[in-house]
Amino acid sequence: MNSQQNVITRKKFDIRGIPNSIMVLIGLVMLCIAISIVSPVFLTKDNIINVILQCAINATIACGMTFVILTAGIDLSVGSIVAFSGVIMGMMLNSGVALLFSLLCCCLMGALCGLVNGLLVTYAKLPPFITTLGTMSIARGFALYITGGRSISGFSGSFTFIGNGSVLGIPILIIIMVVTFVIGAFILRYTRPGRYVYAIGGNTEATRLTGINVNKYIIMVYTICGLTAGIAAIMLSARLNSAQPIAGQGYELDAIAATVIGGTSQVGGEGTLSGTIIGALIISVLKNGLNLMNISSYIQQIVIGSVIILAVMLDKVRNR
Amino acid sequence: MELEPVVVMKDIIVLFPGVKALDSVSFELMPGEVHVLLGENGAGKSTLMKVLSGVNKIQTGQVFLQGNPVEFTSTKEAMDAGIAIVYQELNLIPHLTVAENIFLGREPMMNGIINWNIMFHNANEILQSLGVEIDAKTPLKSLSVAQKQMVEIAKSVSRDSKVLIMDEPTSSLTNKEITDLFRIIRAIKEKGVGIVYISHRFEEIKQIGDRATIMRDGRYIATVSVAEKSVDEMITMMVGRELKDMFPKQIVKIGDVVLEAKNFVTKDKLKGCSFQVRTGEILGIGGLMGSGRTELARAIVRADQIISGEVVVDGNAIKIGAPSDALAQGIGLLPEDRKYHGLILGMSVGENITLASLGKLLNYGLLNLKKGEQVGNEYVNKLNIKTPKLSQKVKLLSGGNQQKVVIAKWLLTDARVLIFDEPTRGIDVGAKVEIYKIMTNLAGKGMAVVMISSELPELIGMSDRIVVMCDGRITGELNREEATREKIMHYATGGQEI
Repeated sequence: MNSQQNVITRKKFDIRGIPNSIMVLIGLVMLCIAISIVSPVFLTKDNIINVILQCAINATIACGMTFVILTAGIDLSVGSIVAFSGVIMGMMLNSGVALLFSLLCCCLMGALCGLVNGLLVTYAKLPPFITTLGTMSIARGFALYITGGRSISGFSGSFTFIGNGSVLGIPILIIIMVVTFVIGAFILRYTRPGRYVYAIGGNTEATRLTGINVNKYIIMVYTICGLTAGIAAIMLSARLNSAQPIAGQGYELDAIAATVIGGTSQVGGEGTLSGTIIGALIISVLKNGLNLMNISSYIQQIVIGSVIILAVMLDKVRNR
Repeated sequence: MELEPVVVMKDIIVLFPGVKALDSVSFELMPGEVHVLLGENGAGKSTLMKVLSGVNKIQTGQVFLQGNPVEFTSTKEAMDAGIAIVYQELNLIPHLTVAENIFLGREPMMNGIINWNIMFHNANEILQSLGVEIDAKTPLKSLSVAQKQMVEIAKSVSRDSKVLIMDEPTSSLTNKEITDLFRIIRAIKEKGVGIVYISHRFEEIKQIGDRATIMRDGRYIATVSVAEKSVDEMITMMVGRELKDMFPKQIVKIGDVVLEAKNFVTKDKLKGCSFQVRTGEILGIGGLMGSGRTELARAIVRADQIISGEVVVDGNAIKIGAPSDALAQGIGLLPEDRKYHGLILGMSVGENITLASLGKLLNYGLLNLKKGEQVGNEYVNKLNIKTPKLSQKVKLLSGGNQQKVVIAKWLLTDARVLIFDEPTRGIDVGAKVEIYKIMTNLAGKGMAVVMISSELPELIGMSDRIVVMCDGRITGELNREEATREKIMHYATGGQEI
């Protein structure tokens, strides 16, 4: 008889009626308007491409992170996976392995790391936070060990083209980001596993009792997240023309920030990839705008941290 | 001296979406009285007590505590004002000692540190004054449920509570423990505490109750003296209608055995349970709370680990390792706790209905959202689910409609055996009848229905056959013709064959 006690009807309008992604989009647009008033350079074509380019790598990882957070999990190991799969690809490239095969191996390496995370979370029943904290250190350690701590560089032009080239005027990194996003959004909306991701995050036990193999799909989301980290490793190494064992430090936090600002609930079950992409853009626009206003990078950190907290507070208020 | 009532509640109205949970209910509690709240599940007893203990907010009405108007906005406020509630699930911390639990948050301090000697001494004093033989230094987790309940009562006494609310306190106690509990209740009555006692067990109500307030469908019916009214009179006031109108049971042709559960044993509860259910049959499973009914249902679909147990479907032994295997065999469990085990509350009505059958919506491997909408709407109409739209979040529906969504989800899977665990708990009366109709129709179409229920009228009214459980075993089996309240209660309390 108390099944409805938490939902008292409210006739008056409130912000809970608006979809998350629309809220975030409004935020992004307002931010852009504000910055373009202060700095006219902001709205030039070059600057806009620059802003998107800067968030491409983060947004790609954040797509995978969104899958994980939608199931109420977390993946702290993505930054280390970027470094680990990146240096493996770098070693392959420099020892003459074919380009496409090396790229494929980089993606697979990332996915494999994600698979390990997934297996530990499901079959060893470890909390995701602890599991990925551990694999974060392990993957980083491997990356440093196999390279002896040294960067790998001197790649062919066809590889660095990925990082610096454009097709029809659009940088390849942005194309990779968009393709990742489109495929991810498609999976979430039009496939069974996508629906299950939301169900698991919404209520794991009910999903299991409904006859869905929950473990299988949890392993899947960590694998997807590892895969996007592998893709990000290609993007980063190609951009820098160097695969570094210390690359990607702090990327997990950026990806989590983009996901959370994008309106994905940290307790799972609610959120969209479009929200996440907008979240990544918000971070990038903020950094860009503060740069244009000559505000120190120290202050930028304070601002971005505050935005994350604000976004989560908003999420709390909306879900009350 | 004329005694003043310790609690007066006047014309309380509480609204939940789609339901008037309480409709101008009034209630009065005298000091030193055991006041029984009577009513079917969903009558509003718990809601009324949640108003008193600060959980639920009221739309209109007034609450007076010792003559002063009060409006609690949190349970803490209510507790501080002297209202204690002993829930069915006890609110104690297993790793702390009895004394720590009693004084949690109010530890006796000396110079800023906890004075353990005084704490243990005071705790022992309170326990002794209630005649409870538990040492205050015992870790709580080593106590039995009944002892934990006594600790909870001691906690309320230590807080100088003026009102003690007990919600089905005897549901998991043995007869001996119930006797002890009643002795303690009499002891705190002596101290002038007013006790609200929610129970369905008339035998106990007759023993311990002074007055009874009867509620039905969220309304106040009457307040009577327990000694002056017969049990039958009170039941009639509670139910308010002839039982046979309530249960639209149709007798249909019963076919072959579909599901046979053989010798289920689990680590904690089940001690070897077997039963069969046939097509067209509604098999009731009765028993007290904690008798292992839910555990049996969960064991069959392997929602929990088991030590032994075999499922035979259509005469073939099948291997079930997880609920997904049960789904594949056409066995569905509709859990007792709809909100947390049955539904994804944040998802829409449509998404919940199709969740277990997304395979049917695939078109070249992709979900056909249009088809999902069609199927969803079909079942919304078929089961008469009251929802403004298919995309409505299921958490905004009333309990009865939520239950229909769970049923729709399982019907869509083409299940052949449905196990309903307390299918009408927390559902208002009108919706209950609808759920019964659905169950009858399903049986009529050849489905095998297993219905676990604590409500005897429901068991007797709907089942073709009833098995009764007690303490992890099946203690009796009754046909529709021979089933009576007394016989069910006899088996449920562990009685042997008569």
